[in-house]
Amino acid sequence: MSTVYNLKREVEKPVRLTGGHRLCAGCGAGVIVSGVLRALDKEDRAVVVNATSCLEVSTFMYPYTAYMDSYIHSAFENSAATCSGVEAAYKALKRRGKVEGTVKFITFAGDGGTYDIGFQSLSGAMERGHDMVYVCYDNEAYMNTGIQRSSSTPLFARTTTTPVGSVGQGKKQNKKDLTEILVAHNIPYAAQTAPIGNFKDLHSKSYKAIYTEGPCFLNILSPCPRGWDYPMEKLAEISKLAVDTCVWPLYEVEEGVWRLSYTPKKKLPVEDFLRPQGRFRHMFQKGNEWMIEEAQKYVDQKWESLLERCGA
Amino acid sequence: MSHRLSGNEAVAYALKQINPDVMGAFPITPSTEIPEQFANYVANGEVNTEYVTVESEHSSMSVCIAAQAAGARSVSATSSCGLALMYELLYVAASCRLPITLACVNRALSGPININHDYSDSMGARDSGWIQIYAENNQEAYDNFIMAMPIGEHLSVRLPVMSCMDGFITSHAVENIELLETDAVRSFIGEYKPENYLLKKENPLAVGPYDISPYYMEHKVQEAEAMKAAKARILEVAAEFAKISGRSYGLFEEYRMEDAEFALVLMGSSAGTAKAAVDKLREDGVKAGLVKIRVFRPFPGEELVRALAGTRAVAVMDKSEGFSGSGGPLFAETRSALYDLKERPHMINIVFGLGGRDLKVEDVEKVFGRLANIAVTGEIGPLYTHMGQRSKEEIV
Ligand SMILES: Cc1ncc(C[n+]2csc(CCOP(=O)(O)OP(=O)(O)O)c2C)c(N)n1
Ligand code: SF4
Ligand SMILES: [Mg+2]
Repeated sequence: MSTVYNLKREVEKPVRLTGGHRLCAGCGAGVIVSGVLRALDKEDRAVVVNATSCLEVSTFMYPYTAYMDSYIHSAFENSAATCSGVEAAYKALKRRGKVEGTVKFITFAGDGGTYDIGFQSLSGAMERGHDMVYVCYDNEAYMNTGIQRSSSTPLFARTTTTPVGSVGQGKKQNKKDLTEILVAHNIPYAAQTAPIGNFKDLHSKSYKAIYTEGPCFLNILSPCPRGWDYPMEKLAEISKLAVDTCVWPLYEVEEGVWRLSYTPKKKLPVEDFLRPQGRFRHMFQKGNEWMIEEAQKYVDQKWESLLERCGA
Repeated sequence: MSHRLSGNEAVAYALKQINPDVMGAFPITPSTEIPEQFANYVANGEVNTEYVTVESEHSSMSVCIAAQAAGARSVSATSSCGLALMYELLYVAASCRLPITLACVNRALSGPININHDYSDSMGARDSGWIQIYAENNQEAYDNFIMAMPIGEHLSVRLPVMSCMDGFITSHAVENIELLETDAVRSFIGEYKPENYLLKKENPLAVGPYDISPYYMEHKVQEAEAMKAAKARILEVAAEFAKISGRSYGLFEEYRMEDAEFALVLMGSSAGTAKAAVDKLREDGVKAGLVKIRVFRPFPGEELVRALAGTRAVAVMDKSEGFSGSGGPLFAETRSALYDLKERPHMINIVFGLGGRDLKVEDVEKVFGRLANIAVTGEIGPLYTHMGQRSKEEIV
């Protein structure tokens, strides 16, 4: 049992997502999937579900799968229903004495497949209460189709459908707060995490999500060097900046109790997160100071209300 | 045993006898009674199916796909807009070679919204890779549903099966029907034993790849071969079914076709009306006959050629438009099948009954009248017409 986190012991477990997949170098998705699957106890089997996404087309291109566990991909918008179906089959077959052992059900979908097109399917599955984990690897746009905006794309970010021009200044709307919406489903466990440090936060939240009975949700920030336009070796750095600026706070909600997982020693200004990324470059042009101010205001307001919720 | 049941009740009862592993349930008129009735079986402990009350038909088909891939026998029921919402997933189910069984209670597609019968829903899904079997009445709806799994699950086939009946006309009308004993049904269907499935302990399985051009076409050809192979399997299962039920089924039914000069080709409950018209005309010495298509996918083209070879004129009656601009889907298939025949009968297409408009015996008689006229004059007139249009001059 992985009660005390030990990175060395964890990485010595047999891998469940093998190398050789076709994700871009430096992509957050691969490390997130490995990190979540690593939280499975060695003896437990899993069925992994993917929504159509960068992850799916890169990890299961016929005839090679990168997954050591059973895996199913069906479509873009139905990964939660798909996971429900596998879980329903497990229950039925278990009842009839046709499957043995523990099998866990874990879905990975991008923000497009979660915040947008797969939202109904996700809401339905959470409400029905399937024993499953739904992981959103959130790279804040439709990357697989070439960086189009989603409802997860942050304010002012440049995407191919929110370009910057003489009039356009990137995305006009703020990012949808999906984790909060999932919490409102009264599920036993929901959390936000990111691939930072020694992966302790990601690991322990994954472990809780996998081994808490019922529908659990993880929203994991997944930097994308191509879509966010930063050098690929900066994955850890960008993730850390998202957390230290409170753009992406780490927290969990267990049985309705909100808990902050991390408070930055020094809350960094939001521009520290924005500056290294090409998708926000126009915000730093002369005359656009108001954009950074607005972004800061939004982050501060969200952070304050989170602190309040967490009783911090 | 003889019972009085509606078509929906008959299918729900078949489902109870089958006791599937997983059912995806979502309401839509006129198929709603199937999941409702089944919910009662669940509530009363008469089945131990995992009954998943999803938030849409899109999810019910997604649940079925995943559950079947996981090794569970999965079923659902839907109509019209529900089937349309499943559209993308129908292809996924077939291409993953998952023998799901779907009760399709046919209803016109929106728009405008209409709850009555025609085939616009399942005809829209005719190229999705699903086997499609159509029932004329409640008995056939029950029988076809019981035959669906042994057909779809067979190793030579492994394709999903849509077991169709006419909305309201069949789904809601109560008729006397013969039910099999549950033990007989269970041994006829047997256990679902897929070779590979997600929950198999010995070896994990990956389903639903990103498939690239060097492989995609091979996979599609395998799927096409499976659809071809389904024909023989459908007949094999029908022969087995005849042994336990005494009721025989083919790919289509030929009614008074032995010496027929004039024939109709149509499907579903309209066959009942057409049979009455054929009988009446036969009394008057008209050599009328009827071919009722039971299996639309795979399409029994070669067999139809044999059945229609001796006729002089044929009317294909489509209960869906199709919007091809040149006739309904049943017409296109039938006409194409007859192309290789040296002496082809004249052939016309009549689209009728859209959105549940009634077909009367007199309407069918008029069609036969037109066929007789065509045989005499050699002039077919308009190739493709709509029956009983109020605003236009009647052609039929
Ligand atoms: C119904 C449907 N609409 C659109 C697409 C095209 N499509 C495939 S992946 C994708 C974007 C995926 O975005 P996201 O879920 O954020 O995952 P990412 O690729 O960014 O990791 C889109 C639009 C599709 N496959 N299916
Ligand atoms: S485009 Fe972005 S999300 Fe997609 S594989 Fe590359 S880095 Fe990962
Ligand atoms: Mg994305």
